Amino acid sequence: MDMSVKKKLGLKEKYALMTRNLGWEPSYEKREDVYPLLDYEGIKIHDWDTWEDPFRLTMDSYWKYQAEKERKLYAIIDAFNQNNGHLNVTDARYINAMKVFLSAVPALEYNAHRGFARLGRHMGGVGPQVACQMQAIDEMRHCQTQIHSISNYNRFYNGIHDWKHMNDRLWYLSVPKSFFEDACTCGPFEFIIAIGFSFEYVLTNLVFVPFVSGAAYNGDMGTMTFGFSAQSDEARHMTLGLEVIKFMLEQDPANLPIVQKWIDKWTWRGVRLLTIVAMMMDYMLPKRVMSWKEAWEIYFEENGMSLFKDLARYGIKVPDCVEQIKKEKDHLSHQAWTTFYAAAPMTNFHTWIPSDDELDWLSAKYPDTFDKYYRPRFEFFREQAEKGERFVNPNLPQLCQVCQIPMLFTEPDDPTQIAYRQSEHDGEKYHFCSDHCQHIFDNEPEKYVEAWLPVHQILQGNCFAEGDDPSAPDFDPIASVMKYWHLENGRDNGDFAGSEDEKNFAAWRGMTTSNT
Amino acid sequence: MQIDLRTVSIKPLRNTFDHLVRRFGDKPASRYQEGSYDIQADTNLQYRPSWDPEHELHDAGRTAIVMSDWYALKDPRQFYYGAYTLARARQQEAAEASFTFVESRALLDQMDAATRSRALAVLMPLRHAAWGANMNNTSMCADGYGTLITQPCMYHAMDNLGVAQYLTRLGLLLGDAATLEAGREAWLNDAAWQPLRRLVEKTLVTRDWFELFVAQNFVLDGLLYPLIYGQFVDKHLNAHGGAGVSMLTAFMSEWHDETRRWIDAVLKTAAAESAANQALLSDWTRQWRGRAAEALSPIAQQALGASAAEVLATVEQSFNDRAAKLGLTL
Ligand SMILES: [Fe+2]
Ligand SMILES: [Fe+2]
Repeated sequence: MDMSVKKKLGLKEKYALMTRNLGWEPSYEKREDVYPLLDYEGIKIHDWDTWEDPFRLTMDSYWKYQAEKERKLYAIIDAFNQNNGHLNVTDARYINAMKVFLSAVPALEYNAHRGFARLGRHMGGVGPQVACQMQAIDEMRHCQTQIHSISNYNRFYNGIHDWKHMNDRLWYLSVPKSFFEDACTCGPFEFIIAIGFSFEYVLTNLVFVPFVSGAAYNGDMGTMTFGFSAQSDEARHMTLGLEVIKFMLEQDPANLPIVQKWIDKWTWRGVRLLTIVAMMMDYMLPKRVMSWKEAWEIYFEENGMSLFKDLARYGIKVPDCVEQIKKEKDHLSHQAWTTFYAAAPMTNFHTWIPSDDELDWLSAKYPDTFDKYYRPRFEFFREQAEKGERFVNPNLPQLCQVCQIPMLFTEPDDPTQIAYRQSEHDGEKYHFCSDHCQHIFDNEPEKYVEAWLPVHQILQGNCFAEGDDPSAPDFDPIASVMKYWHLENGRDNGDFAGSEDEKNFAAWRGMTTSNT
Repeated sequence: MQIDLRTVSIKPLRNTFDHLVRRFGDKPASRYQEGSYDIQADTNLQYRPSWDPEHELHDAGRTAIVMSDWYALKDPRQFYYGAYTLARARQQEAAEASFTFVESRALLDQMDAATRSRALAVLMPLRHAAWGANMNNTSMCADGYGTLITQPCMYHAMDNLGVAQYLTRLGLLLGDAATLEAGREAWLNDAAWQPLRRLVEKTLVTRDWFELFVAQNFVLDGLLYPLIYGQFVDKHLNAHGGAGVSMLTAFMSEWHDETRRWIDAVLKTAAAESAANQALLSDWTRQWRGRAAEALSPIAQQALGASAAEVLATVEQSFNDRAAKLGLTL
């Protein structure tokens, strides 16, 4: 057949034939039975056909590009592992950042995978369905490449030997776990605002820069490579997040207040989750990339705000919580690290007091707050440690019912006062770290009363090791909880100084740099 | 600072993660194992899903099939994302070469007009059936329990989309956009295609994800692929100058053979788990086989004319043999 007589199809037309043209309106079954999740959140979509594909990628190209990326990535991971690349990191404290990463993040990617699969099935048009499906399979990639990149650290260092078990149990890991389980239990539209927009679009750089640049700065080629490799996927995910929000806002004016409420909620939820990233940037990377405050200013206050400006024409406003976050940026990382330092026996990574150099760096980066509020604390910790009385918080902290972070945040306008908020529901009192978490609870109390708060669960006796008898005279509750977590006391937890990690790293690096 | 490290061998503290040691013993784990086993949260799940408040976020109760360990449903291909994309990239390259070859040698011109239009009449509406399969496998990934089964369902869904897109390309090569439109029109309105469309729509409202796995992956595609790609394309069209079409659908035949190993392994393991599972799987298979055979009959007629009944019977027979080998009683 003479090809030239055929009507030439444009890219857009051709992609439409490859995707949206495949779907059809069901007639043997009711549309609402085929797509049962589209109505109950109150979002009105009148015409799914007006969806603009945020990217055009057919499966054959997807397989080709992604396989190419996988080939390169695994070649680098293999080489990194074979050459004991872990001994090339700046110093062994760095590895603790990777422990936090593996403990928290692949499980998030996994839930993103399952959540986007649900949307891939249940969105009401082939265009958004296919885009969500691609994100679903990409997120599986992220989950697995992260596990594969970090798995070698587990062979040589402590703390992450049972990461999946800990992810579902260990106290601080309920923060990321509850974040994503919250999103995944939402309806499809809220999920995609939560993850596709608020998390991927507004906050993703704040995760990407610290981990990936942090890895690069600190000699971790494996982690750096998976981060860069994921970046081109992320670019697709971000355009999807943005397209979805525009689509929803263009479809019906009644969608605006619903979407705004979700943006407010999920921006705050996301920022609270990033507390641990803030701490990592300022305290855990031996070689700093930039301070949390600087990252926040660049990636949120500049880039994020210009995005909101872009959405202003739809009536979207900057979330109220941004005012509070601005005030917190000078405090967040310090409050988090001092909390983790004081909880060292209960964590699966090591903590330390910053060196003098590092304290000076912090003073320089946080001129208004560090010397005034936080340096004295570290000096106190150091004195105590030198006296052999290493400071440990003896109490189980109260957790915020929504973000599940211990009450460590101070009042936005008074950094000497821990913030507490409280609401009542069905005769029970619930506690919050902030106005914004309280507000989220008050909007959906039935949802948040179901939170699984590790401290409450411990106090109720639900976190003891199987077989342990709490009524036995020699019962040690703390030891039993650690056993329940699979936390190896004395190896996984406590100070970096004197740890097995520290000794091994020094000995191994010694072997590789000496001639004997 | 990059330090030049002398290559030394350091004895690691441990071989792999504890959850894998508990399953497989203390030895290095494969990437499939690391990336798949126990990855889905199964403990201390928070909040009831607003879209299904009767269940937890990840809940084994979304199917009537019961497994004591959902991680028994191993994928014999051991596909994790990297292995999966590498496998498909190789097939994609072969498919690309076939498209180039068929186009450059004008292989499709060897068919007469009647054969060509029959090929299109049979293959084009199947784009939509493949989209139905994609939705169903995506659904199984969302609703299923345990990464070992949900993960390959997602890969399978993307493959279903790939099949729909290869058929689209074939249609555009053999015809043009109007060709696809005619196939779509047949899917929506032609009497011969309505039983299949009715069946596919029925799968789209089937909520038990394991039943859906049986209906879509085992029964419907277990009959459709051998009938269409095995019998109609590779035998019938091939014998009538349609070798070009056969080359362009090689992906589908190969893919069916490969994925069949996975589907069989899942069903065999689930059926062997308990008499109740075996009975349920047999029952589902029987019910969906009846519907599928009925739905495929007018299509076989269109494809194969007089020999349709006989060919369909052969296809059904080998499907029954396959089911019996998996421990099902039909
Ligand atoms: Fe991701
Ligand atoms: Fe909170």
